[in-house]
Amino acid sequence: MRKKIAKFLGVVATVTMMAVSMTGCGSSDSVESGDGNLTGTVTMAGSTSMEKLANALAEGFMEKNDGVTVTAEFTGSSAGIESLTTGSVDIGNASRALNEAEVSGGAVENIVAIDGIAVITHGDNPIKEISSEDLKKIYTGEITNWNELGGNDEAIVVIGREASSGTRGAFEELLEMEDQCNYANELDSTGAVLAQVTSTEGAIGYVSLDVVDDNVIALSIDGVEATEENIIAGKYMLSRPFVMATMGEISEQNETVQAFFEYIESEEGQEIIKKVGLILPE
Amino acid sequence: MIDKKKVRPADGVMYGLIYLSAIFVVLLLLGIIGYVLYRGISVVSWDFLTGVTSVLKGTTGIAGNIVNTIYIILLTMLIATPIGVGAAIYLNEYAKPGKLVTIIEFATQILSGIPSIIFGLFGMIFFGQTLKLGYSLLTGALTMVLMVLPLITRNTQEALKTVPEGYRQGAIGLGSGKWYMIRTILLPCAMPGIITGVILAIGRIVGESAALLFTAGSAHLLPDGFTEFLSKAFHSGGTLTIQLYLSMSKGQYDIAFGIAVVLLVIVLLINFATKLLAKKFDVNKKV
Amino acid sequence: MKKNTVSIKSGKQSKAARAFSENLAKNCFLFAAVVAVLAVLSIMLYMFLKGTPAFFKVGLNEILFETEWRPAAKENPSFGILYIILTSVAGTTLAIMLGVPLGILTAVFLTEVAPKKLAALVQPAVELLAAIPSVIYGLLGIIILTPWMYKLEKIIFEDSETHQFTGGANLISAVIVLAIMILPTVVNMSVSAIRAVDDKLKSASLALGATKIQTIFKVVLPAAKSGIMTGIVLGIGRALGEAMAISLVSGSSVNLPLPFNSVRFLTTAIVSEMSYASGLHRQVLFTIGLVLFVFIMVINLVLTKMIQGKEKNT
Repeated sequence: MRKKIAKFLGVVATVTMMAVSMTGCGSSDSVESGDGNLTGTVTMAGSTSMEKLANALAEGFMEKNDGVTVTAEFTGSSAGIESLTTGSVDIGNASRALNEAEVSGGAVENIVAIDGIAVITHGDNPIKEISSEDLKKIYTGEITNWNELGGNDEAIVVIGREASSGTRGAFEELLEMEDQCNYANELDSTGAVLAQVTSTEGAIGYVSLDVVDDNVIALSIDGVEATEENIIAGKYMLSRPFVMATMGEISEQNETVQAFFEYIESEEGQEIIKKVGLILPE
Repeated sequence: MIDKKKVRPADGVMYGLIYLSAIFVVLLLLGIIGYVLYRGISVVSWDFLTGVTSVLKGTTGIAGNIVNTIYIILLTMLIATPIGVGAAIYLNEYAKPGKLVTIIEFATQILSGIPSIIFGLFGMIFFGQTLKLGYSLLTGALTMVLMVLPLITRNTQEALKTVPEGYRQGAIGLGSGKWYMIRTILLPCAMPGIITGVILAIGRIVGESAALLFTAGSAHLLPDGFTEFLSKAFHSGGTLTIQLYLSMSKGQYDIAFGIAVVLLVIVLLINFATKLLAKKFDVNKKV
Repeated sequence: MKKNTVSIKSGKQSKAARAFSENLAKNCFLFAAVVAVLAVLSIMLYMFLKGTPAFFKVGLNEILFETEWRPAAKENPSFGILYIILTSVAGTTLAIMLGVPLGILTAVFLTEVAPKKLAALVQPAVELLAAIPSVIYGLLGIIILTPWMYKLEKIIFEDSETHQFTGGANLISAVIVLAIMILPTVVNMSVSAIRAVDDKLKSASLALGATKIQTIFKVVLPAAKSGIMTGIVLGIGRALGEAMAISLVSGSSVNLPLPFNSVRFLTTAIVSEMSYASGLHRQVLFTIGLVLFVFIMVINLVLTKMIQGKEKNT
């Protein structure tokens, strides 16, 4: 009996060690970089808004380097940075600027792209434009019907993200209405918001600009359209950085992670960022 | 006299309700299957089954998820079957009724009543964080082991109960050791029951989502070569059901219904297989 | 199973070796049997370990009996989960009220009313309903159910000034999905309970002049009561613990559980925020897990008592 338990513990220990060494070897075994002979793993965790970007970059990087595995989990910005500072991942993805506590924890902010937050409505909604004041009133529950804004007599279904989502944090902060919002639906991913707005007449929601499709309308805010030019020019108010944070500077990372960032900076990487609908940082 | 029984209008109403209920259940099932097929069948193609979703290439496919699902099933069953069968053998063949048996059976019953979301939380903090396995197929499989254990134990127990007592006494009387008797007589006789348990467990794994979301993660790429396939146990991987949930919450309903078709087919096959085994079981009983 | 290697040579092995292999086998089986106990104990331990710290930091009353849920607020975050608890209780109760009568009537159909051939068609349908993965119920819920609900919502609250429109993702939608999901459990348990009722009881009732319906509802069902109750308790457990099927059809805002309100269940609270939360917020989510766990344990204890009671009766 005791023997069996010892054996079981032994197995558990070996398995754990294998797991550790496997991630460990990824970081140390890589000798050459960039030539496709790179080996190892890069692990990421964080923002769901960055899913499309992270997956596309991971795929492109792995295609170039056969021996490398890049894994990405989409657990939300705060959780991603926490995984980073506790050492369980190489890169923490955050769809907002890092806060003071995170920076003092050792996380370094590497902005890889800029994203706009689009305010979207159902495709049949005649309203194409909204003032930031009215938008605020909708989200705080002061305006409850589209006819108050000159639209159809249609109740407004206020859709947003769950607490501690990077998108929600950025949206509420940019409109200065933190913790005052009164949501009818709090959904747990960018895609869920898009899906719900697509299928619900009278719905309003906010999502990353890069996922907006033809089935919904992205509203102009204070007369400014949600476009790349306007975001770069600083005219469109709802924009935020996409951060791939590391513990310490990039130069202090292992070769595989460094190569990953080199790939992001490369022409090919930048192409991918544009392809998924994001804006390159200056 | 019997013919003169009063016709009560209330009886008619009750008959109506009874028939309505049954019709509702059947229509519900047909509706679900029909609607899923109607929305999903056009999505399912060879490319869908053997390809991988890629943003860069603009393809959608679930091959990676299929591999992950099979991987988790194999890992889980490899660990859970010996433990579950062993537990059943202990309970049926060795244990004398007493406190220990009561505790073990109570624990097994509780284990089968715990919701999968709690297993997910436990798997995440124990296998994922305490044992440092992170989001990986192994974490998912270990979590699933706990979930399917009661299924395998119970089915094996049921099967062992149907083996006639005479077989045991005969073997022991001929000088066989107990362990030898279990190995050569009981286990082969109980095999259909054990297999039924295993198949039901596979069904549970295929349909599971809440417990795997926090433990096995969601990666959907195919492993590159054999070594990567082996090390895959330590990497994250989403099963078909997880991918269905993720696609659904992203509003990619076409993909979601495509996967739903695949899942329904698997569920139907599993149902069919258990039916077949149950029949075989009955024949055995009569002999 | 390494005992194999020991006993393969068992043809002519010494008594000592044989005793050793017998013992080893026995101990291995014992260990396998204890795994379930270890698992339950460690799950309990971890749920309490992870779920209780928030009580000390936030306060028991502030968590269990407050209704304000603002876990990520920068100033004065609040962690009241009363509405979430009430939603789980109300949602489960409603699902039972809807699913149980339907389930019992279907069971009556299968056992007492339907001709054998018809029953042989309906029975597999019930089994298949139980086997369909819960996410598929959720998928059909958002595609078919919520649009209908939204239409209904618009008609009912047409003139309401205060109602917040949910787009159909509300308590009723979740309840309907849950009721369908517990249906097979209730049907199966009721069928075996009704089948176990002594035929003599039925014959006696019919002979006394009761109609078939009277016999079913006055004699058979009362006799099968304990089995049916077991099915209902199992159904409660299933409804309380279901997460993925209802996470998208319930709207997920924390509100009082009124039929057309967007609501959050104990399970969906964990699903929707666990992966994002950090710090105290995360600890409170584990507390929600603990509350759910305690509910489930209570239900399990009731169930065990019922099964034991039944065994004593027979």
